[in-house]
Amino acid sequence: MSEPAFVYQSDIATTPERLWAALTSGELTRQYWFGRRIESDWAVGSPVLFYDGDTDIVTDTGTVLECDRPRRLVYSFRPQVDVHGEPFTGDFTRVAFGLEPLAADRVRLRLVHDQLAGPDDVGGWEQGWTPILANLQVFLEGPAPTAPAG
Amino acid sequence: MQDDGAVFRALADASRRLLLDSLHAHNGQTLRELCSHLDMSRQAVSKHLAILEAAHLVVVLRQGREKRHYLNPAPIVDIAGRWIGRYERRRVTALAELKRQLEEESRE
Repeated sequence: MSEPAFVYQSDIATTPERLWAALTSGELTRQYWFGRRIESDWAVGSPVLFYDGDTDIVTDTGTVLECDRPRRLVYSFRPQVDVHGEPFTGDFTRVAFGLEPLAADRVRLRLVHDQLAGPDDVGGWEQGWTPILANLQVFLEGPAPTAPAG
Repeated sequence: MQDDGAVFRALADASRRLLLDSLHAHNGQTLRELCSHLDMSRQAVSKHLAILEAAHLVVVLRQGREKRHYLNPAPIVDIAGRWIGRYERRRVTALAELKRQLEEESRE
C-alpha cells in the first residue's frame, strides 16, 4: 500500500537560521501564512498553537515531536472544531520540516505531512500547503511579502 | 528556484506525465506499485523516475528498505510564478478551484 503523504521540496535563497525563524516565529508566520501565527516554545512535548489571522482565535493545536534547530522540526496538529463547528475528534496529523544547507546560501526545504486519514486527504493538503510555501519562498527571497488581498 | 529546462524536458514526455498522474492519484508508491498498473517495463519506469527526480518533480523518501515516490509540486509552482504574478496567482487558484468544483458537480 502506498503511504499517503503530502511532500513539498524547494530550494530557497536564504540561510537555515532565517528559514528556521520563519517557521517558528509567530510574528514571521503571519507574514506569509495568510495572517496565521504559529506559536510554541519549541521544546519537545510543548504545545503548538495556530492562531487565526482575523480573529486571533486558536484554530489548531498540536505537540512538538522533534526539534533540532536549525535542521529538523516535527510537530503534530489538528483542528479544534470540525466543519460543522463541533469539537474535532479525529486524529492528529504530523508535519516534518527538513532544512538542508546547499552551496551559495541556499537551503533545501522539505516538508512531509503524513499520518493522514487517507489517500484522499493528500489533495486537500496540497491545496492548503502550496500557496503557503510559495508565499514563504517569496517572503524569504524578497523583495516584499504578499500583501493581504484588498 | 530550480532548473526550468530540466523541468520542461521532464514534462515533455507522455510516459513521465502518466507517472506524475499516477502519483497525483496515489502519492508515495514504490517502483513495484507504479509498474503494476502502468503498461511500461520496470526499466522504463525506473529510467523515467530518475529523470523526474533529477528535475525535482519527484522526491524519493526511504522508509526502511522501501523507496517511496512523491510528487513535488514546487517546480510547477515556480514555473507558474514566472509568468503569473503573486496577486493574480491567488485569483487563478480560486478560479481553478471553482472550475474543479463545477466539474465535480456536473459529474454527479
